[in-house]
Amino acid sequence: MKIHEYQAKEVLRKFGVPTPRSVACFSVDEAVQAAKSLGGKVWVVKAQIHAGGRGKGGGVKLARSLDEVRALAGQILGMQLVTHQTGPQGQKVRRLLIEEGADIRKELYVGLVVDRQSQRVCLMASSAGGMDIEEVAASHPEKIERVFVDPATGLKDAEADEVARKLGVPEAGVAQARAVLQGLYRAFWESDASLAEINPMILTGDGRVVALDAKMNFDDNALFRHPEIVAMRDLDEEDPAEVEASKHDLNYIQLDGNIGCLVNGAGLAMATMDVIKLYGDSPANFLDVGGGASTEKVTEAFKIMLRNPGLKAILVNIFGGIMKCDVIATALVAAAKVVSLRVPLVVRLEGTNVELGKKILADSGLPIISAANMADAAEKVVAAAQGKR
Amino acid sequence: MSILINKHSRVVTQGITGKTGQFHTRMSRDYAHGKACYVAGVNPKKAGEDFEGIPIFATVKEAKAKAGANVSVIYVPPPGAAAAIWEACEADLDLVICITEGIPVRDMIEVRDRMRKQQKKTLLVGPNCPGVITPDELKIGIMPGHIHKKGRIGVVSRSGTLTYEAVGQLSALGLGQSTAVGIGGDPVNGLKHVDVLRLFNEDPETDAVIMIGEIGGDDEETAARWVKDNMKKPVVGFIAGVTAPPGKRMGHAGAIISGGKGTAQEKLAVMEACGIRVTKNPAEMGKLLQSALK
Repeated sequence: MKIHEYQAKEVLRKFGVPTPRSVACFSVDEAVQAAKSLGGKVWVVKAQIHAGGRGKGGGVKLARSLDEVRALAGQILGMQLVTHQTGPQGQKVRRLLIEEGADIRKELYVGLVVDRQSQRVCLMASSAGGMDIEEVAASHPEKIERVFVDPATGLKDAEADEVARKLGVPEAGVAQARAVLQGLYRAFWESDASLAEINPMILTGDGRVVALDAKMNFDDNALFRHPEIVAMRDLDEEDPAEVEASKHDLNYIQLDGNIGCLVNGAGLAMATMDVIKLYGDSPANFLDVGGGASTEKVTEAFKIMLRNPGLKAILVNIFGGIMKCDVIATALVAAAKVVSLRVPLVVRLEGTNVELGKKILADSGLPIISAANMADAAEKVVAAAQGKR
Repeated sequence: MSILINKHSRVVTQGITGKTGQFHTRMSRDYAHGKACYVAGVNPKKAGEDFEGIPIFATVKEAKAKAGANVSVIYVPPPGAAAAIWEACEADLDLVICITEGIPVRDMIEVRDRMRKQQKKTLLVGPNCPGVITPDELKIGIMPGHIHKKGRIGVVSRSGTLTYEAVGQLSALGLGQSTAVGIGGDPVNGLKHVDVLRLFNEDPETDAVIMIGEIGGDDEETAARWVKDNMKKPVVGFIAGVTAPPGKRMGHAGAIISGGKGTAQEKLAVMEACGIRVTKNPAEMGKLLQSALK
């Protein structure tokens, strides 16, 4: 699960990570009021969307007067912000963060992720902070410091101090930086994050490190023990089709092709997308119905796929193991009758009770195109989508 | 032979009293030598009772001491699953297979760390995996037994139904399997592709291996490099997710392309460079393996 910058900063502050003073706002008037209450002469008006790259996209601006705050807030709030992570359609800005100006001596980068190889949390830090850390990682990997943190001890004093020194923190500031890095690690660990990124972490004129930006993602599997994180979920930032699917316990991801896929199992679902591509068309979605596909679930899955105006055909690919083919066939027939399919439906069934399943489909009177295997299914669905049948 | 499990394994089910644990213990017991192999269940509150004749013990240690269990299968719900893995390790079982899906990554980091620091010899398969099957001998997990066929092909995969797809294709071509291992789709897990390939390499009853991977991480690349230097048998492969967009988690917690790493294209390229024959067509996994045997 993802959260906004201002929410991530709230989480970090609880763990002693300093951030500039700021106020989250939902309207232009609130933004001006926030700037007044913060005081000072310089403010930063920051679009709050989940995607990164906001600065480059024009969603982060400096204001030197309250009038400028008003003008910029009006400009940014409601805009379709396009970044390298939003796709060309962009994301509508519904929230702003008004932040006091900061005294930046140097911009640093600190990030935390789970490293699969060492099976530990890896803290990455670089003195080359700012907007292009991905380029630094690609072109100068040696400029990134890495600490693989022992889960039993957490980030040790000596480890944090060494990172601080390598980042160029002056000796007098090392103790403060240590506390910040350790706080950051604890925030990551104790709130079950899957990613934490402070880019930039700044070194101020007086030698302190401060989190100027913050991005945090969380492990969906651990949300059951973090109601405070779940409360931060912003459904406006998520794809409506994906939100709807998650309500029905369907694992759905919208893509930009025109062949809908309904599959059991994540690996087979990906393979089904791949085989469609191989036969010359593109998948409209990833959809894993999981192990227990009831009529209700299949019906909802069809409805969600059919909401896509570009949909040209649907491919159902089921390898029935525990889920028996006759059960899924019955669900498919019932669902297809409920939703009145407007596109061709190709079904490939394999596994337990496959003959019975195929018979149910054949006897249904529905114009279902039956496929013998994955290749046959892909060929037939691509032909159907292109109107060749 | 076969790897990891055979008809001499003695299995304890952790989470035998839950609905999932009961269903799959029943299905597994009814497969091949299951009746002799499934010897115990664990539930501290129901110790002394039994599940359809399988005695229930309070702890894994007790199941080992009294029923001779050396392998555990876990169906415990996510909040308690990592603790269940650790209990099996503390009892020094040979192998623990964790089927449970949805375990927090932090819990897995902690249990893997303890396993390493205390130098536990217990091997872990999973979590979030279909399990392990040695056809006509023993099935431990949720895979459909009847699609398998006894034979000499090793199967190792990160996903469930895609493994069944590969097994189904192999069986249809008359190519039976020595053992099929689902290592699971989580980012922090037990045995990885390379560990399973090592075992197949040493198994005199395995002639060739099919390795099925997916986007995310670099386990397949690590395995491919090992194959290049060490593997004495043909290996073929498929990677799911050529069409997966970056930054989107494709179902499995570990199946995500992040920071430009873990793409299917990259994995396929490394595998090919290391002498592993690959296909981009999931409908041709079986045929590919067949061609590698010639």
